[in-house]
Amino acid sequence: MRTVSLEQTTHPVLIFWIIAGWVGYCILPWYGVEGFWSFEWLVDGWPLDDDYAPAAVLVGVGQKLWLAPMLLALAAPLLVLGRRKTDPLYAQVLIAAGGFGFAWLVAQGLGIGLRGFTAEWLTTLFGTLDDRQFGMGYGAMVTASAFLFLFTHGIAARGAINGDVFVTSAIGGVIAVVTIFVFFPITKMLLAAFATDDGGYSVLGFFPKFFDDRIWGLDCLSGGRCGVAWNSLLLAVLVGVLTTLLGLAFALVLTRSGFRYKRLLRALTVLPIITPPFVIGLAIILLFGLSGTVTTSLAAMFGVEATRWIYGLPGILIAQLLAFTPIAFLVLIGVVEGVSPSMEEAAQTLRANRWQTFRTVSWPLMRPGLANAFLLGFIESMADFGNPLVLGGNFDVLSTEIFFAIVGAQYDQSRAAILAVVLLGFTLGAFYLQRFWLGRKSYTTVTGKGDAGVHPPMPNGLAYPVYAVVALWSAFTLVVYGMILYGSVVQLWGVDDTLTFKHYLTAFRIDWTEDGLRWTGSAWDSFWTTMTIATLAAPLTAAIGLITAYLLTRQTFAGKRAFEFGTMLSFAIPGTVIGVAYILAFNVPPIEITGTGLILVISFIFRNMPVGVRAGIASMSQLDKSLDESSLTLGANSWQTFRAVILPLLRPAILAALVYSFVRAMTAISAVIFLVSARYDMSTSYIIGRVENNDYGLAIAYSTALIFVMLAAVGLLQLLVGRTRIGRRTSHGEIH
Amino acid sequence: MTGINAKAASVRFENVSKVYGTKVTAVDNISLEVRAGTLVTLLGPSGCGKTTTLRMIAGLEMATRGRIFIGEKDVTKLPATDRDVSMVFQSYALFPHMTVMENVSYGLKFSGFDKAETKDKALAGLGLVGLTGYGDRLPSELSGGQQQRVAVARALVLEPQVLLFDEPLSNLDAKLRRQVREEIREIQQNLGLTVVYVTHDQEEALAVSDEIVVMRNAAIAQKGTPRELYEAPADAFVADFIGEANLIPVDIVALDGDTATVRIADYTHRLPSRGLPQGPAKLAVRPSRMRLVAGVGDGVPAVIDKATYVGSRMEYTVTAAFGTVFAVLDDVTTPFRIGDAVTISFAASGPVLIPASQPS
Ligand SMILES: Nc1ncnc2c1ncn2[C@@H]1O[C@H](COP(=O)(O)OP(=O)(O)O)[C@@H](O)[C@H]1O
Ligand SMILES: [Mg+2]
Repeated sequence: MRTVSLEQTTHPVLIFWIIAGWVGYCILPWYGVEGFWSFEWLVDGWPLDDDYAPAAVLVGVGQKLWLAPMLLALAAPLLVLGRRKTDPLYAQVLIAAGGFGFAWLVAQGLGIGLRGFTAEWLTTLFGTLDDRQFGMGYGAMVTASAFLFLFTHGIAARGAINGDVFVTSAIGGVIAVVTIFVFFPITKMLLAAFATDDGGYSVLGFFPKFFDDRIWGLDCLSGGRCGVAWNSLLLAVLVGVLTTLLGLAFALVLTRSGFRYKRLLRALTVLPIITPPFVIGLAIILLFGLSGTVTTSLAAMFGVEATRWIYGLPGILIAQLLAFTPIAFLVLIGVVEGVSPSMEEAAQTLRANRWQTFRTVSWPLMRPGLANAFLLGFIESMADFGNPLVLGGNFDVLSTEIFFAIVGAQYDQSRAAILAVVLLGFTLGAFYLQRFWLGRKSYTTVTGKGDAGVHPPMPNGLAYPVYAVVALWSAFTLVVYGMILYGSVVQLWGVDDTLTFKHYLTAFRIDWTEDGLRWTGSAWDSFWTTMTIATLAAPLTAAIGLITAYLLTRQTFAGKRAFEFGTMLSFAIPGTVIGVAYILAFNVPPIEITGTGLILVISFIFRNMPVGVRAGIASMSQLDKSLDESSLTLGANSWQTFRAVILPLLRPAILAALVYSFVRAMTAISAVIFLVSARYDMSTSYIIGRVENNDYGLAIAYSTALIFVMLAAVGLLQLLVGRTRIGRRTSHGEIH
Repeated sequence: MTGINAKAASVRFENVSKVYGTKVTAVDNISLEVRAGTLVTLLGPSGCGKTTTLRMIAGLEMATRGRIFIGEKDVTKLPATDRDVSMVFQSYALFPHMTVMENVSYGLKFSGFDKAETKDKALAGLGLVGLTGYGDRLPSELSGGQQQRVAVARALVLEPQVLLFDEPLSNLDAKLRRQVREEIREIQQNLGLTVVYVTHDQEEALAVSDEIVVMRNAAIAQKGTPRELYEAPADAFVADFIGEANLIPVDIVALDGDTATVRIADYTHRLPSRGLPQGPAKLAVRPSRMRLVAGVGDGVPAVIDKATYVGSRMEYTVTAAFGTVFAVLDDVTTPFRIGDAVTISFAASGPVLIPASQPS
């Protein structure tokens, strides 16, 4: 039976891509169409109207003649239909056609823009071009994908990756999208940092701007104000260290103590993850601000003047600790649990006492977790936008400075780019320091399978301080959340404490009128936009993340290290930087998507993909490779193996990736604030807008509603993804 | 009811090498032929390249050099999916999220059978390994031996041209191991399958194989039927690996046609020369082919060093002038004691001459 599939000549997937290429070229509008999915363009002059015309029609009527050469690349693959895969011509034609088509499409997109040729040397070479073109649309996108996958079919037929079409196509696809949506915008942004006022580029102009005193000044040592770079660095290091320690304390209490209410503690630590980050900043203001509860009561008690001490480093620090400790905790709990109990038991049988065991075995094995937790805290703090905006006072940090450089009166792209380069430099630096610290030592025990045995309790000298910290911090978190809930139902905080639902009503009012249901609340627009975009982004993020993880764990191919670096890069790039880079890159053709919902979805996918990759890698490395191999020898191809064997066993990772990307899409602000538009406003940016207008009640009510929506969504996802029943008997005593 | 038939095909390796990275040569220039319908064992110490060889047949590893044929077809560049080969893994690799039935049907689904055929074949396969009625269980709900049989059934039902086993018994206990290996051999013979079987256990290899390929350091040391290997090992390595032969240094003092006369100390013994020249050589003698008699007699004088009672026989370590040897005797009623002086001689058939120095 299997021999039949061997003799089959043309792969159905190949036929699909050949057809797709023609459809993209001859039927779909080549350039971007606003409101594509409403299909109004179909009845509005398509296919002859210039705005909606497919490439074939444009070329046919003698316009945009530079699109014509692609016809050649579309026609060539027809030659291979009916040929055998082993025929050398098959591979050669596909590689040549796909490669040429894709390269041409990219080159013409980059070379010809809104004002003809985009570069001097093109004009000198070919003379002035009177025509121009706009951003690419679905026609161009489909044709480009077709060229890409024809090319990967070709290299698979040449024998790359054992001739595996699925794997070569997956690699090609991931490389293409990461290049377009990570490398391309970052490169654009780096170039912008070298831009001069008259539109040229200059390295000399870069340095004075880069070494500006406003960035690197050290006046605070002598009583003045320091540069934003130092502020950000100081804050990020503090946050990184403190969140790691707090997260570790919680993880230790959960795994290595007899504490009874562990589930409760877990819930408490997870709560901040589904909270929009700056909401905590708001609660801090409600507590410690000029008219905050604590401030006023303390002032009354001791008869001192209420001050604004919270605005600045202390406030941001507290808010960020509350917001990011859970992330450190989630990283550390995995690692702390993952330290094999049998290692610790072995240490104890080797006459180490509890303290020595902890110090010599448990702690060193937790190192990768500590490093990761620090890195995450550091990056999150660097990128955080909401809390510094709300609580910053005179303490400027990079992320807010970047924002004001772009949206403020100054509108200085090159300054924003330079600040973003500084920010990127810090996070990449931290990334490399972490790699360096972990070195090449193997910590495989943390990814191995769980084994029998129990973790020994903490030594007492450690346990008491840890308990104290955890208790204090838990109480503080509870108070903060109490404040949030309470703040959403009082008339006007600190002035009029009467209880009211007015804020919820303003935001989420629904009226019955004679035309039916009317969503009259002011928040509905941004709410539904956010829901739609989060729902679109989550599955796409999970899919790309898991496919990448599959490629990284299960396949070997040339350039795998570089591939891994590329896919993880966006993890080290703060959201603020991504936001700036996207604005600079996608505001002009060939890809012109600023102001659309698409750019939000895309930014979420590439911001959150690394988490999907990490989750996938972690669980895939626990699946024995012989499972895939036996599936392959049983006649399934690599796509069928991925679908039937790997995916079902990866449900926990899928769930994690889905939940994470959904929640992040709902709560993110740092990149979003640059990318929203009047039409596509997101909840978080709407709320920030309210805060800036001092409309705290509405902001807090909206945030509280979001928290509950996310709780519901997480529960729903859990139901949808379901569990894979694999039985829980381990290899102990299986032999009869 | 649909039965399981074989479409057995031969396997041929022509000068095949496998190099991992640039340095590790796991398989070095191997040529071999597995005839259709036979069971051939790859035997050798850990790390000698058995698994690599097997995975190259499956298409899970691609040969660095040389060509591989299954039947008359050159499959050198074909990936695993496209080869008509099934493999039973050491870890069984049962899919933990699928029932036994789903596991066994897995490959059938991708082979173009319709639902009814798939079910019939899967049931037939389960019947063949004696697991009828276990279809709805999960792999985790089976004992080790049962899991092993599911893995065999899953591979069998595809009626592959070649069936591969990588140390299939290593996770089973001793008693089960004997039983399962007999079942595998029986199924192979009844269906006329081509099987390539990897093991490091010489007893297992001798028991199941039509032919054994002994491997050493990524190359083939010797191939032949179990009897040939046991009775005529090509060199000391094979003699030692199969049946733990005692290797006794001897001198060939005279050659008379095919018969050699060898001297060990003052004792002479005559046996087939196997083409060896006069001069130093080695005599390979299985422990069971050693003869020990009390006191001084015709043979090599020696002393009993250790004596172990293992129930059905006695095991002795004996020291003579040429060194220490290991002997097994059936007489358990009047055993020798430690320190007894004995005379060593050899059974008429069994001991063989091998070259003095190992070819490297
Ligand atoms: N993926 C690999 N990469 C590098 N070396 C390998 C790999 N797989 C096996 N080897 C090496 O190849 C040699 C043969 O391995 P293998 O075929 O597994 O031996 P066997 O099955 O006979 O024990 C060993 O030295 C092993 O270390
Ligand atoms: Mg092996």
